[in-house]
Amino acid sequence: MLDSVFALAQGFSVALEPTKLLFALIGVFLGTAVGVLPGIGPALTVALLLPVTFKLDPTGSLIMFAGIYYGGMYGGSTTSILINTPGESASMITALEGNKMAKAGRGGPALATSAVGSFVAGLIATIGLALFAPWLVEIAIQFGPADYFALMIVAFVTVSATFGDSPLRGLTSLFIGLMLGLVGIDALSGQARLTFGVPELLDGVEVTTLAVGLFAVGEALFVASRMKHAPETIEPVRGSLWMTREDWKRSWKPWLRGTALGFPIGSLPAGGAEIPTFLSYTIEKRLTKHPEEFGKGAIEGVAGPEAANNASAAGTLMPLLTLGLPTSATAAILLAGFQQYGLNPGPLLFAERPDLVWGLIASLFIANAMLVILNLPLIGLWVRLLAIPQPWLYAGILVFAAMGTIAANPSPVELVMLAVFGLLGFVMRRYDYPIAPMVVGLILGPMAETQLRRALQISLGDPMALIESPLAATLLAIAALALVAPLLFRGLSRFKADED
Amino acid sequence: MTQQKEDRRIAPVGFVIAAGLLVLAAFVAKDAVGMGAVSSYAGIGPSAASWAVAAGLGLLAAGTLVSTLRGEVPTPEPSDRAAVLTIVAGIAAMIATISAGGGFIPAMALLFGLTARGFGRRALATDLGIGVVLGLIVYLGFTKLLALSLPQGPIERLF
Repeated sequence: MLDSVFALAQGFSVALEPTKLLFALIGVFLGTAVGVLPGIGPALTVALLLPVTFKLDPTGSLIMFAGIYYGGMYGGSTTSILINTPGESASMITALEGNKMAKAGRGGPALATSAVGSFVAGLIATIGLALFAPWLVEIAIQFGPADYFALMIVAFVTVSATFGDSPLRGLTSLFIGLMLGLVGIDALSGQARLTFGVPELLDGVEVTTLAVGLFAVGEALFVASRMKHAPETIEPVRGSLWMTREDWKRSWKPWLRGTALGFPIGSLPAGGAEIPTFLSYTIEKRLTKHPEEFGKGAIEGVAGPEAANNASAAGTLMPLLTLGLPTSATAAILLAGFQQYGLNPGPLLFAERPDLVWGLIASLFIANAMLVILNLPLIGLWVRLLAIPQPWLYAGILVFAAMGTIAANPSPVELVMLAVFGLLGFVMRRYDYPIAPMVVGLILGPMAETQLRRALQISLGDPMALIESPLAATLLAIAALALVAPLLFRGLSRFKADED
Repeated sequence: MTQQKEDRRIAPVGFVIAAGLLVLAAFVAKDAVGMGAVSSYAGIGPSAASWAVAAGLGLLAAGTLVSTLRGEVPTPEPSDRAAVLTIVAGIAAMIATISAGGGFIPAMALLFGLTARGFGRRALATDLGIGVVLGLIVYLGFTKLLALSLPQGPIERLF
């Protein structure tokens, strides 16, 4: 415990340097600005802004990422409230009550409760991260390759099969990601896989190209394809921005409950913010003294889920930093951000670059504080961003997507891949396939393979080594259960439906 | 889910998706065969993962086929094909311009103009103009301030 405090104090001494503060400020500003744009969640915000940081020093630009990440989350909730287009599934619940509040002329308090709630949740969850991360690192340092492999299998299954309404579609998305992960030179043997003689493919598929293609280009095509059928409207912010005494009274408990749900669930290798936000909404609906307002714009329904969303975002940083395990699309892209500097998150990074890890954690506190100070006064500016006509907005997004791709890898082949992934993203959205499992598959697939092969090399090829460690065996059992359970539940519910 | 229960018709697209997955599985398997037996003193070689992925994709193709026959694949909403094609044309024009050495700014102008058109704008000349200005700002900002290299053409070499 004391170690954490000491390490964190050192982290602050890094993060409070004037240049680092400037990086954090730029990150927060850019993150919010891009996150506010409709249809762009934090994952895409980070992916689009990744190339901007290529030539900067690692600590500074990771601090900037932290700002972009937290800023993207704030920006995303603004969009969910003012237009009914959540940038990602986790903000969907916020849109539910938030957009109703905005329509009823209470957009200001809705934005305020989500901003303050995000601040409270971010603060508590980041404290949790600072306290528990060293503890998890202690445990993680004893993990063998078999344990890591099992952990990754759990992540695969939970990311693709548990969320979304069809395990089949989630797994399809995952396996296409795994296939893309095969492309390139195998690190252990030097064997080229799936390169079809194209030299640009030897280095493998870039995570950022995949993410930007799927999210930015795919989203643009999808929105264009249904523009005639589902037009969007922006709710103007009317009336006071500030929360009344009553609003505060109704918000503070949901904030805390949302945080208590979001952080632990976000920290699990299962990841994802959908479950905690949904649980928080259900709980607030049950506990509220104003049940009649739910569905018409209840402030608790914004405060709770929004806090849960932010807390779980900080929670996903836990497996990412301590185990190097990304459990959401955003975390996968953050990992790519680390990797562009040759840094690999995990127990070793805590030992080798404590300044960087703790500087990053400290900067999360700073970014969080900057956001709550900046965002409410600047809300008018952010709303004006929403008024950019849609054609120019998406045209601009595509220009940035192409620019980022070509700057990262100056070859037309990379742009062709961007286009192909864009079309793939469009088709997947159209036929209701989830996208995050593919990004996670691309980044985790090769890592899982390496761990598997290491485990088998240590055991001289004996596959029993994979279940000899009790932890690995338990994790694999959980993965198997998570894979089968939804099928069983589905079978049960169908059975019930037949009875009726 | 409810959508699926309401109309239990067989959506032909399910067959296309299943076939696509099968083709991918075949590609991966063919690639794995080509690797031959790379000797590995213990454990498994580089083809094992390929085989696992190929098998997975094959199973998913079968699963998709079954769920299509059960009518579980939803029929999507109508979509505006012209809009999608216009944007794809914009992306293709951008890639072609860069490949031909036309430079970053004209490529971005084409991408911007055609995407805006795909989203329903009719003033193509104006939008191309905006694209040129945006491309110029991005080019100067990123090459001069952040020292990134972006593709050069006749226009970019002036700076």
